[in-house]
Amino acid sequence: MNRRRLKSALSTLGLLALGVVALAWTVPILWTFAVSFHSPDEALSATNLWWSSQPTLSNYAQAFDIAPFGQYYLNTVLIVLGILVFQLVTICLAGYAFARFKFRGQNILFFLIMLQLMLPSSALIVPNYATIRSLGVFDTLFAVMLPFFGSAFGTFLMRQTFKSVPQELDDAAHMDGANWLQTLWNIYIPPARPALVAFALSSISFHWNDFLWPLIVTNSTNARPLTVGLAVLTQLGEIGAQWPLVTAGTVIVVGPLLVLFLIFQRQFINSFLRSGLK
Amino acid sequence: MTLTPQAKVTYHAERRSRFWAAALPYFLIAPTVFFVAVFTLWPLLHVAYGSLFAENQAVQVPQFIGLENYSALFSDAGFQGVILNTVIYVVVTVPISVFLALVLALLLNRKFRALGLYRLAFFYPAVLPMVSAATIFLFMYTPGYGLLNVFIEFFHIPSQNWLGDPNLALTALMILGIWKQTGYFMLFFLAGMQGLPQDIFESAKLDGANILQSTRYLTLPLLMGTTLFVTTIAVINAFETVDQVYIMTGGGPVNSTSMLLFNLWQTLFSYLDVGKASAISVILIAVLLIFTVINFITTERRVTYE
Repeated sequence: MNRRRLKSALSTLGLLALGVVALAWTVPILWTFAVSFHSPDEALSATNLWWSSQPTLSNYAQAFDIAPFGQYYLNTVLIVLGILVFQLVTICLAGYAFARFKFRGQNILFFLIMLQLMLPSSALIVPNYATIRSLGVFDTLFAVMLPFFGSAFGTFLMRQTFKSVPQELDDAAHMDGANWLQTLWNIYIPPARPALVAFALSSISFHWNDFLWPLIVTNSTNARPLTVGLAVLTQLGEIGAQWPLVTAGTVIVVGPLLVLFLIFQRQFINSFLRSGLK
Repeated sequence: MTLTPQAKVTYHAERRSRFWAAALPYFLIAPTVFFVAVFTLWPLLHVAYGSLFAENQAVQVPQFIGLENYSALFSDAGFQGVILNTVIYVVVTVPISVFLALVLALLLNRKFRALGLYRLAFFYPAVLPMVSAATIFLFMYTPGYGLLNVFIEFFHIPSQNWLGDPNLALTALMILGIWKQTGYFMLFFLAGMQGLPQDIFESAKLDGANILQSTRYLTLPLLMGTTLFVTTIAVINAFETVDQVYIMTGGGPVNSTSMLLFNLWQTLFSYLDVGKASAISVILIAVLLIFTVINFITTERRVTYE
């Protein structure tokens, strides 16, 4: 009885200690949030770090004034959705072909596509930048999206998913006179929905957060996504060390993301686990 | 063979439909093959080929020089520093974050009321774009009132200029790296633990094994596949470190934080040296390829465990 008590006391203590660590983990975002309401007239100092005596929203207004965050948001959303819609089409078509058709060169073609899994896009920026330049689409949303329209990970995922659909269903649809598109749409897509959602979330979070590629192929606010826009604001902020302004910009960028994450936590986490296969 | 007109029509229609049936799979994979070919496969050949040429501000028309870009890079003290920084970053951040993730997962793999909050606290950095996380840490490291300095001063350690000191800047980036990804890796371990067969733990308990023993002799060995998998992902990500370098240090001070991918970007856009940038790409691809292959092998093992 006593041992048991000791054990549960120890376990509570352990959890408390872990709680301190967990709190430390959240300090950066809490501080960022707090300082974003700090009055710019009141200097930050070692003794005045968290709460301003006159909290204000003016940093947000100023951040929106200096950086067109509305435009950046729109750009990011268009880029992410553009990539996603295109990917969903290409991976369903290719996944279906590799799951249910036999054709010459099938294995070698599959292997060639899967090579994309081994070659990270970031290591191919030199030739891809040249391609974007020669296509004449530099500094457009299209340039940011273009290299990601085909997805080896998605193709692989859909092939696996479609393979688990019973062949008899496909045959029955065929007997009923359905063409391949109707078969794909009515027989294969519905049971694949969880896999598609997982793929969509991992694609969205990857491209929402991507920085290097859009940095390289954009040059103006017309095409810049949020990440690059925030980087521009940060570089400005560093000069004058206007931290309340920069933290407000940061909250503008991460706030909606964190809210969405809180709402869709489970789906997010599942898709993160899957995208580890990327 | 003579056919009635009616039969002729059917014959042609059938041939045509057979042709379309055979062509259909190619038509289905065509878009994927096209984009992968144009933005992955051809670029790979292009960059490998380009790495054999001198092409920079002095040499406007590409000139074949064999492997000279590589030999120039490897004999350049600056590039050696880049390699060293990258290796240090990988060798320090990967074991620490994987180990921390494993410990957190072991501690959090049970049911209690605040479990969701705990998990959230460790995982949320993974959701943030690296650019925002780097901005936040830029702020944390501010000399004078940055929270990290306030924290260490509490322990009577003098405030440091983290990002301005060549001896500290890489450490500062590594702290951010660990903070950002530990929770992500923790999730893999938690998922791995939940997939373990519960009956062996129960029989171990019946045989009198305590928690430490069953962790040491059951959980850890059974999580070997997950650990290998997480480690290779961590290594691949670490080799691709670039966003935080761009935001926080620009590779400085005195190149103390310049890493492979950042150096590649700099070589292409600051030094305008396409030949050398191509050679760096090839080096980066070669390194990543090794770990991706390991990752595939361990993924297979992970799948068989599950």
